[in-house]
Amino acid sequence: MHASVCDIIADLVQNAIEADATRIEVDVATDPAEIRVCIQDNGKGMDARTLAKAKDPFYSEPGKHAKRRVGLGIPLLMQTTAAVNGTVDIQSTPGKGTRVAFTLDARHLDTPPFGDLPETLLGLMTFGGAYDLILTRTTPNDRYRVSRGELIEALGNLEEIDNLILARDYVRSQEENLNS
Amino acid sequence: MAKLTLDDLRKLRDEKQKAIEKRDPSNKDAQIIVGMGTCGIAAGAKETFNAIIDELDAKGISHVLVRQTGCMGLCHSEPTVEVIVPNMPVVIYGNVNAEVGKQIVNDHIVNKHLIDNHICDKPAMDIVR
Repeated sequence: MHASVCDIIADLVQNAIEADATRIEVDVATDPAEIRVCIQDNGKGMDARTLAKAKDPFYSEPGKHAKRRVGLGIPLLMQTTAAVNGTVDIQSTPGKGTRVAFTLDARHLDTPPFGDLPETLLGLMTFGGAYDLILTRTTPNDRYRVSRGELIEALGNLEEIDNLILARDYVRSQEENLNS
Repeated sequence: MAKLTLDDLRKLRDEKQKAIEKRDPSNKDAQIIVGMGTCGIAAGAKETFNAIIDELDAKGISHVLVRQTGCMGLCHSEPTVEVIVPNMPVVIYGNVNAEVGKQIVNDHIVNKHLIDNHICDKPAMDIVR
């Protein structure tokens, strides 16, 4: 399994970007008992047959790697949810997009640590191309929302190193205040 | 850290902008591209990416564009990082942890030296189109 919940999120968002999504919504809710994540994109989607294959570790989208037949993103997620009393639900419609929702038992011994969400988000905001990535983060006490679009609007771009650092500080300040 | 608002962010950006303008604001002529497929993520590409950003910031380097991409086909050597600098060969480095990420900034970007023991000789043939 991936080393952290944030690694799972990074993997699924990267799938959405590779599926040509222009809008990706990531909802992350945590409480002492459960971690709930939902990633919804408007990318190219999958038909039922392709979705079934995506759950097979020895399948990768044709054309992605011409001579390679390994794709571990979804199988790693399923392995993790199965191991820690979690659930996973994947809905996909060709031409409309994909929604991946999963839960993990926060108290299970084998649930991976949560990870560094601001660091993860910064990476996910720096793929090339125009796409919006909207994170909604919720805990029992509070919530915040941050989007790639509003960060680009406030900073001008996410290409200057200084802007990337500011964007990470911004998300970090939201996350720290959530935990305090 | 106090909770920042988007207005705070705009103000901070304006302050930074003055510092950026003092440096040479010429176009970005170099690129560092970090592989972030399942393989890269599992091997710690996020930590590498953040270390590179921090080192570029610490050295005040502004001519480098840092990007992420998917799997480059070298899953056995993740995290992988492609570096494109004018008048230097395009190189894909393998096994780039945070420390090697900093080394890329200092040796490859600043001193124009390749880091011999991390060079992958070519991209995986099934990835090249």
